[in-house]
Formats: sequence, C-alpha cells, structure tokens
Amino acid sequence: MNKCSQLCCLPVGNTAVVSAVPTGIESLTRLRELGLVPGTKVRMVRKAPLGDPMEISLRGSRLAMRLREAIQIEVLPD
Amino acid sequence: MSSAIAERGAGQESAGAAAGETVFAIVGNPNCGKSTIFNALTGLKQKVANYPGVTVEKKEGFCFSQHGKRFRLLDLPGAYSLNARSPDEAVVRDVLLGRRSDTPLPDAVVFVADASNLERNLYLATQVFELGLPSLLVLNMMDVAEEKHWRLDLEKLSHRLGVPVVPMQATAGKGIIELKAAMSRKLDALPHRPPPIPSEIGEALEQTRAELVAAGMVKEGCSLLEPLYLVSDHDPDHYGIRSGDLGRLADSRKALEKRFQGWEESLASARYEEIEKILHETLRRPERDEATFTDRLDAILLHPLWGGVCFAAVMLLVFYMIFRVAEGPMDWIDKMSGIFGNWIESKMAAGDVRDLLVNGVITGVSGVVKFLPQILILFFFIGFMEDTGYMARVAFIMDRFMGRVGLNGRSFVPFFSSYACAVPGIMATRTIASTKDRLITILIAPLASCSARLPVYSLMIAAMFPANGVSSVHKALIMMSMYALGTTGAFLFAWLFNRTLVKGQGSLMVLEMPSYKWPSFKHLCLFMLERAKLFLSRAGTVILGLSILLWAAKTYPKGDGAGEMRAIAERLEANSKLPESEGSPEYREAQLQKLKDMKASQLAGSVAGRAGHLIEPLIKPLGFDWKIGIGLISSFAAREFFVGTMGIIYAVDEDGDDVEPLREKLATDKWPDGRPIFTPLVCISLMVFYVFAMQCLSTVAVVKRETNGWKWPLFQLGYMTATAYLASLIVYQGGRLFGF
Repeated sequence: MNKCSQLCCLPVGNTAVVSAVPTGIESLTRLRELGLVPGTKVRMVRKAPLGDPMEISLRGSRLAMRLREAIQIEVLPD
Repeated sequence: MSSAIAERGAGQESAGAAAGETVFAIVGNPNCGKSTIFNALTGLKQKVANYPGVTVEKKEGFCFSQHGKRFRLLDLPGAYSLNARSPDEAVVRDVLLGRRSDTPLPDAVVFVADASNLERNLYLATQVFELGLPSLLVLNMMDVAEEKHWRLDLEKLSHRLGVPVVPMQATAGKGIIELKAAMSRKLDALPHRPPPIPSEIGEALEQTRAELVAAGMVKEGCSLLEPLYLVSDHDPDHYGIRSGDLGRLADSRKALEKRFQGWEESLASARYEEIEKILHETLRRPERDEATFTDRLDAILLHPLWGGVCFAAVMLLVFYMIFRVAEGPMDWIDKMSGIFGNWIESKMAAGDVRDLLVNGVITGVSGVVKFLPQILILFFFIGFMEDTGYMARVAFIMDRFMGRVGLNGRSFVPFFSSYACAVPGIMATRTIASTKDRLITILIAPLASCSARLPVYSLMIAAMFPANGVSSVHKALIMMSMYALGTTGAFLFAWLFNRTLVKGQGSLMVLEMPSYKWPSFKHLCLFMLERAKLFLSRAGTVILGLSILLWAAKTYPKGDGAGEMRAIAERLEANSKLPESEGSPEYREAQLQKLKDMKASQLAGSVAGRAGHLIEPLIKPLGFDWKIGIGLISSFAAREFFVGTMGIIYAVDEDGDDVEPLREKLATDKWPDGRPIFTPLVCISLMVFYVFAMQCLSTVAVVKRETNGWKWPLFQLGYMTATAYLASLIVYQGGRLFGF
C-alpha cells in the first residue's frame, strides 16, 4: 500500500481517482476547469526525469503539470 | 467618455448589419484546429491586428455563403473557459458578452471542438451555448476520435446540446463545405437553458448582479452569466475591465465567497457532472484507452534518452537553418541593395539627395528586408512544431531547466532562436501563454549572442593577437566564453526579473499535450506570410525611420571638405574611365587614399563623430577612445556596423570581409601619450560590452511592437546598456589592477 496519497506519488502507468483538490487556491481553479475535479479518474502517463513536470491522462485528454501543483492534489487508488 | 466609445461601437455594429453581413465568431479551445478552419474558410481574405492595449491578435476575415451573402468571421483567441485567466480569454468573454466597443456582438458562433477530446472541450462549449447566441458545433479531428474507437451519436449530441453538429477533419479539408452549408442556413437563437448553476449559488449570484447593476458595470436585466464571468476574472492584467471597476469587482467577489464558500469549485464540478451525463448518452468509448499513434510517438519523443536526442537534433536543425541557410538570401539582399545603390549613383548627380537615397533609404530598407529570411525560416519551424503538437513536448522537456530561473518550457524556442537573431526570437514569444513569462523572455532574449555580434568578436579577437600569433583553439575559446557570458547573464536577469520586476504570481504551468497531427500546408504558409507582413508593417517602419536618422547623424554637418571630396571623387571617376595605360595608377592610389582620409575626418566632424568625442570621458574608464565611441554610436543601429564604421575612421576599405588591413591599423593606433589603444584588455572589454549592450535598433522596434509601447524597450535598452558599461568597467579596471 502506497502511503503517499498525492497525485505526484502515483507511479507511471497507474490510475487513481481524485479525492480532494484544495479550494481557494487560484492556480488550482484552472486545473478544475480542465477536468481535474474530485471523482475524476486519472492515469499517470509519464514523469520527466526527476519527476517534474509530469503528464497525466484524464477525461480523454493529456495534461502536463508541475510538481508544485500535483503535490496539492489528493488521490485514492482506483 | 466611455459612453461615447460605446455609441461609436454601436454605430459600427449597425453599419455591419446595414451591409447585410452576418458576423460569425469562431470560438474554441487552443489546439482544436480553429485557425485551420478559419484559414480554410477565408483564405487570403483576412487581416490581423491587435486588440487595443494588449498583444492579443484580432483576426478577421470574410467569406461568402452559398447564396453569395457576405459573412464576416472573427477568429477569437483559443480559450479554455469564460472565467478568464489571460487577456486572450478576457477578449473571448468580452466579445461574446458584447462588452467590446471595437467589436460587434457576433450574430452567431461557430464553436470548434476537438472530437477526440470532447469532454474537456464541452466545458467551454456549454458555457458559450448558454449565452444564447445562435450557434453551431464543429467536431474537428474526427479521424483521431475514430482511431481511439470512439463512437459518437451526432444526432443525439445535436439534440442534447440544441445546436447543429458538423463533423470535420480540417487538416484534410473534410467537412468545410458542410460547415459553409450549415452556416448558410438560418440559425436560430438558442432556447434558454438553465446553466448548471446550483440554486444556492444562483441566489448568491443574483445579489452580485444587483451590486454590479448598481455600479453601472452591467445592464439591468442581463443574464446571471455576465456578472458571473466578471467576478470570476482571474486575468492578471484584468483586460477589458475598467480600472475604476476593479475594486467593486473584488468586493463583489469577496461577498459572493462569503455567501457561498467554494462557489467557483462547485460550478466547475457541476458543469463536469452535466457533461458526463451528456456524454454518457452520446459517446461510446472503449473501457481502456488503446495506445494511439500519439502514444507510440511520445514513447520515443519523450523518452528520457531518445527524446533528448531527437530534441537536440530538431533544435540544431532549426538553429542551422536560421544561422547558416538564411545567410544566402541575406547576402543576396545585401548584393541587390548594393547593385541598386550603384545604379542610382550612376544615374543621379552627386549630392545630398543621392546620398540620402543610397546611404539612408536603401541601406535602411535592406536592413529591414534582411531579417525576412530568418523570420520566414524560424516561423516555418515554429508553425510546424505548433501545428504538429511537438511544441508542447519541447515545453515539457525544457520545463525543468527553464523553471530554475522562473521561466517555463515555452520560453526555450524563442530564447534559443535569439542566438541567431533576437528579432525573430522576440516575435516567437507569442507562443508563451503567460504574460509574465513572455515579458521576461522578451527582456532577456537580446542577451543571447546573436549572429550580428560575430563580426565584432572576430575583429576584436583578430586585433588582440599579432597575425598568426596564436592558435585558432585559443581564439575559439575566447569566442565561446563570450557566448557563455551572455547566456549566464540572460539566466541571471531572468531570475532577477522573475523575483522583482514583473507583477503576477508564479506562472501556472498547466500544459495540454495535444495529439500529433500533420499540419496543413496552406495554414503554415499563411502563418509565415502573416508574421512577415506584421514585421514589415510594424517594426519595419520604425527601423527604417531610425536608420535614416542615424545616417543623418553620421553625415551632417558636412564641414568644408565636402566640395573638395566631390571633386576628387569626380576626378577619380573620370580617371577610372581612362585605359590603364593612360591613367597613372600612382595618382589614382594617392587620390583614393586622400578621399578615404577625408571621409574619416568628415565622419569625425559629423554629429555622430562629435558625440563620440563627447562621450570619450564617459567611456575612457572602459579603455575606449573617441574613435571607438563613434563605432559604438553608429553601431547602435546594428552591431555589425561597428566593423564598417571603424573601417571608415581608420581610412581603410569600408567593406570587404578581410579584416586584416583594419587589424593592422588598429594594432598600431596609439593614445596621444603613446600607449597603444587596442591592448588585449581593451579588446576583451569591448567584446564584453557587446555581449551585454542592446546596440540593435531592430530589436528595440520589435520589442516596442510586441509589448505595445515604449516602456519596456526603453527599460531594456537602459538595463542592458548599464550592464554592458559596468561589466566592461569591471573587466578593464580589474584587468589593469592585475597588471594587464
């Protein structure tokens, strides 16, 4: 069992469901609008060397994001 | 004042209507193929301008319906949401809400969605359809959706959304005719559909509307959506919102947050719930995503090792093309302007007008046109990388590296291109979405040692050493350290500006990784043409004007020798027509040298020459004398002029690639007290000066255009010149302390 529950800890190739995205943080509003709302299934597609940035797949689209944002998003293993 | 503008806007609108035009807005996410469709519809019947006050492009074109009715098309910038996060998105919001006085409220909307990415694209689509304008949904990239084995029930989707749906594969030209047919049919205003706003938020929003109506920011009786999209404005520039209204808006936002905490988050969730429902009824997709062409290609292009290799290869190719291949056409332009100048000289009597034409206008024009090969080549690659989707991968690969100095991966290509020339490099910063990162990239781009610095470096390195005195490895090392110095400086300043200068919070790097696709050739050509046209019309005129000004500074006042110089030149010309046996070569040689000497003294007496003398006390601490001062002043137009100007001052042949005669003159030149001027230390000091100094009118002009004003180019000129001066001072004085 993986102890870390943040999106950035999700191993490449694994899927998980977004459980919480903190509210009130402006930079995360855009991520929500791009589909990263609680309940969304995400898959870690790849991580750049050193784990930053990373590419995830959600709702049929691909998004790259930085560690700074991914560390704030909680996921539950699918 | 503002009401006057509004009235004028209304006037425009009715003028459009009177001509029987229908105004269509083309709206969609970035990377959905919107511009390809716009180009397919309008072809060359388009024009590009800027929305006032920002660098958001206003693209307009027209085409005709099947019955010959004129359609005016507005290609709005790509957006993800009407909750604007950038000036681009603010423009989309304001045009669709009819809030812009310079753009009429569109009669209808053509919404372009990427069919293979429908869920995310429907976010903006449903926001737009709720506004109630007659609308059409274009599903582009149907081929990619098919590759993913997605089965879309178009009829049901059309029914569910209440708009006609047109499937399309724009890069192959499929579906354009059907789109035109759909646009030609009568489009009805959409029936009012309640947006997916939870009722508690709706109630809270009603109060917000009342507040904004009271403040005169929205009209009485407007839908709830207008106040909603105004209070959710996140654009750091707050474009399209009067600065006087910002306080009111912030208060309303706070009040709304108080009435319903987390309203923004709830709205995004509610909308996606609604979209999931729609897609559940209309889209069948395989349980697991199958590996697509994009996945297979990314496995190589984003591979930790091979991805890096491919990336380096692509970048080197781009660099080689703008650095070397562009050289050919640039030389032709030089030669052509030389031939044209000679032709004018042979047709016109000598005099000020001829001099102005040949040395002012023609030199200026060719100085502008010379940039075109580089601009066209760079924008070919940028267009190609953008359209195929590779640009997003470049940003992904370079993000960590650029992130260290506070930039993002998108800054890499513009900065890298600046090693060839900062002018196309700065124009390429348009691909950077974040206003802040874009500005910083513009500010540091000219610190990359561009190709125009090479002649200066070469001359100085040659002057440092006696002929054949030192191995070429040594020389190459000096050259490379100049490149390294510029690069270090660029990153240092990026880091510094990121911390201090530019407002706006840390840029959010959320990047869409679009599917790879083959670009449309027509779209690429139009893109290159458009960039070239923009450069010529905007920056070109400024460059030309400033070059003529500088020519005048180098030419006037003419002094007493002008008449005699003309006489000598005429005698020489007459003499050269005699056969070799009749004209005395010694006489010709002597006259020629006299002419060169007079030219040198004339330049020294001109405004530029006197300015060189004037700044000598200022540049003496750097080890420079007044002659170098003249070189600095006249090479302000372009760095490579330095060599030519030194040639005139030292009365050697002005042009020609051989620096040897000039090198010899430099090596023997002395201060009045007998010390040599061009010591190795002075040469290094001068090179360091050129590493940092702006010394390029064209860059100033392009920055002015790209930042919409004189503030940033002047700041850039100031900080770069100050850095150049300080660095040079440290090198020279430090070197002297150590006894060099």
